[in-house]
Amino acid sequence: MRAPRSVSTWWWAALGSVAIMALARLLSDNDDLTSAGTFGVALRTAAPIALAGLAGLYAERSGTVNIGLEGMMIMGTIFAGWWGWEFGPWMALVGGVIGGILGGLLHAFATVTFGVNHIVSGFAINLIAPGIARFMANQLFVGEPGGSVTNSPGNTSSLGRFTVPFLSGGDLFGWTTPDVLGWFEERGWFAVADLAGAARGLTANISYDVLVVIALFAGSVYVLWRTPFGLRLRAAGERPSAADSLGVSVVRMRYYGMIISGGLAGMGGAVMVLFTNRYQEGQTGGRGFLGLATLIVGNWRPAGVAAGAGLFGYFQGVTLRVEPEQLVRALVLAAAMALVAAAFVAMWRRRWSVLVWAAALAAAGFIAYAMADRPNNQFVYITPYLVTLVVVSVGGQRLRPPAQAGLPWRKGSQI
Amino acid sequence: MIARLRRAAIAPAAAAVIALAVSSIALLISGNSPVNAFVEMWKTIDSSESTVLIINRAVPYYVAGVAVAIGFRMNLFNIGANGQYILAALLAGAAGAAVSLPAPLHVAFVLVIAMAVGAAWAAIAGILKVARGVNEVISTIMLNYIATGLTAFLVGEYLRNEAVELVAETPKLPASAQLPSLNPLLELVGIDVGGKAQLFGFLPFAIALGIAYHLVLNRSRFGYELRVSGANPEAARTAGINPRRMVLKAIILSGAVAGLVGMSSLLADPQFHKYGDQFPKTFGFTGISLALLGRNHPAGVAVAAVVWATIERATQRLSPLGIPQEIGVIMQGSFLLAAVVVFEVVQRRSAAVTARAVALQAESRTAAAPSDQEATP
Repeated sequence: MRAPRSVSTWWWAALGSVAIMALARLLSDNDDLTSAGTFGVALRTAAPIALAGLAGLYAERSGTVNIGLEGMMIMGTIFAGWWGWEFGPWMALVGGVIGGILGGLLHAFATVTFGVNHIVSGFAINLIAPGIARFMANQLFVGEPGGSVTNSPGNTSSLGRFTVPFLSGGDLFGWTTPDVLGWFEERGWFAVADLAGAARGLTANISYDVLVVIALFAGSVYVLWRTPFGLRLRAAGERPSAADSLGVSVVRMRYYGMIISGGLAGMGGAVMVLFTNRYQEGQTGGRGFLGLATLIVGNWRPAGVAAGAGLFGYFQGVTLRVEPEQLVRALVLAAAMALVAAAFVAMWRRRWSVLVWAAALAAAGFIAYAMADRPNNQFVYITPYLVTLVVVSVGGQRLRPPAQAGLPWRKGSQI
Repeated sequence: MIARLRRAAIAPAAAAVIALAVSSIALLISGNSPVNAFVEMWKTIDSSESTVLIINRAVPYYVAGVAVAIGFRMNLFNIGANGQYILAALLAGAAGAAVSLPAPLHVAFVLVIAMAVGAAWAAIAGILKVARGVNEVISTIMLNYIATGLTAFLVGEYLRNEAVELVAETPKLPASAQLPSLNPLLELVGIDVGGKAQLFGFLPFAIALGIAYHLVLNRSRFGYELRVSGANPEAARTAGINPRRMVLKAIILSGAVAGLVGMSSLLADPQFHKYGDQFPKTFGFTGISLALLGRNHPAGVAVAAVVWATIERATQRLSPLGIPQEIGVIMQGSFLLAAVVVFEVVQRRSAAVTARAVALQAESRTAAAPSDQEATP
């Protein structure tokens, strides 16, 4: 087993990616690649993916594999659309959580109580949730002004937005503070403007539900690793019989895990409803599976999930801001430059096979950049899945899922 | 035989009762009479036209179910049948339209391409599993999305019929690659559909596939090794069966069959004969439900496919009557969920019975020969 990477390695990687994105912005002459607007949209699109990933994290840490995330998100969207229309945006968030919990309880009932295969049960939930959503939409929204079987009449209002004072020019007791990051971003200096754009995107005009998501991540790190409850929950996923022998009810912990998981997934659906201000059929669009992907790429850790969701959110967010042709070329360029950097690192470390691969792929990337006369945003669409596939194939040895996730456990079994 | 059938039917029957109860409750909530709704559903399916439409839909479902079942037999979750078949249908459709061959050869050519593409796409997940230890659930989910993006890209950019401007679709297959309607055969046995529906010509292929699946599974060495590997991987390894090779073989075979899922629409459905916007793109997921319901059994999956298609047909005309059509999906979903739970309960129950019988036997044996027990502490 290799030693874990030191903190400084991550700093170098972060610095390198900033430099590469800045270079890609300058070379492709496209300011929106790292503008505050793009990062703002990225944060917004990342929030539901991150919630789905966190939902998967609670499920798998407690020992249940949750393929049904997508279905639970759909349950969240229909409840959020309903309650948002009846009671307002904050209740939409609550409704989404409740809808997701219903799905989570169903999954726990099948897998924990009856020992049904987790993939099978999750798959069944993904099958039944769109049916329930459509059925409910038919009962609730049809005949209402603006409502139909595919969308809710719309929320009564939207949540407020928040801007950090001084950094991004938020209000402080009625006084508009200076927008420091905005000033730096406008200068267009290499790397500085890009960093300022990123920071401003993450601190200006954030909807309150996104703030809740950020708080949930911080809270999860604390709850899972600093409280007795978190220890018991993780023990149920790592070594249920050991937990059981110490008096922890594995069944109860796995139920708790699935309730939290369902609630978070449902909230992910609610965040999407709040974004579009109404329920729309199919609006989750596979984000539950994307959340599952962030869980894997993030190595079953909250920070990893957040980073993965940020990356995937950026890919989705940037497509909304930049022309696909330009975008693909810029991203191909960025990827090629990242590979060149990787090749240099490999040379430094005398890892020759990695060097050859990185150099070859970088060359292919540059050729693709030069020749891409008909790029297509389908490539942006598949990028998160491709990244996940590459991560699980190349980094499989480094990934460490909870030991007993997905395996049925009954009181008295030896594992 | 009868006893075996009865035992096999108990769990699905219980699941069906639960599904009917759940959908009745849903109907009551929506303010409709369940009895009335079920009568309307029966009216819809009670015609030879509906029978033909149900079979037409059940055929690709069955192929998908078999594809997934092959993997399940070996504890492989091929969630990726969907990606395998849409990519296969696209490439086979494009290749079939690009060549001209005599009729039987042309059909065979399209089928071979489809199976090869499905197998190749599935092989990615297989290779990742044996070489890198990547869980096939994860890799096939990702490969599904990649296939979706890839097909959209290919049909939009390279395989597009340039004569059609607004939609991206492949050129239509020439007549030599189209399978004829089987209606004349139906009339031969005295069933008159009255030209309201065409029985698609892919049905014989699906039947042949089912028979082949049965023979390979139950009468061949490969099928034996597959079943042993699925039932008890340790025993299989001890018996000299290479688990990695079996994983690769099973997933590639599963993918090759998955490649055929779209062929009924591509070769036999007059509405298509091409891959495009309207082409069905979710049959692979249905296949997972059917393999689960049919317990991977060649006949069981067929029954499940017909039940699935029947529910879909039966609920098709409910909306104009003010009855929510979504009751069909709720019925399917609750049926599946109830079935897997009931299967699990039955399996646990029978495992407990067996364990008790074995314990009793062991007890009587030790009572007969107490010296053995003492000799081996």
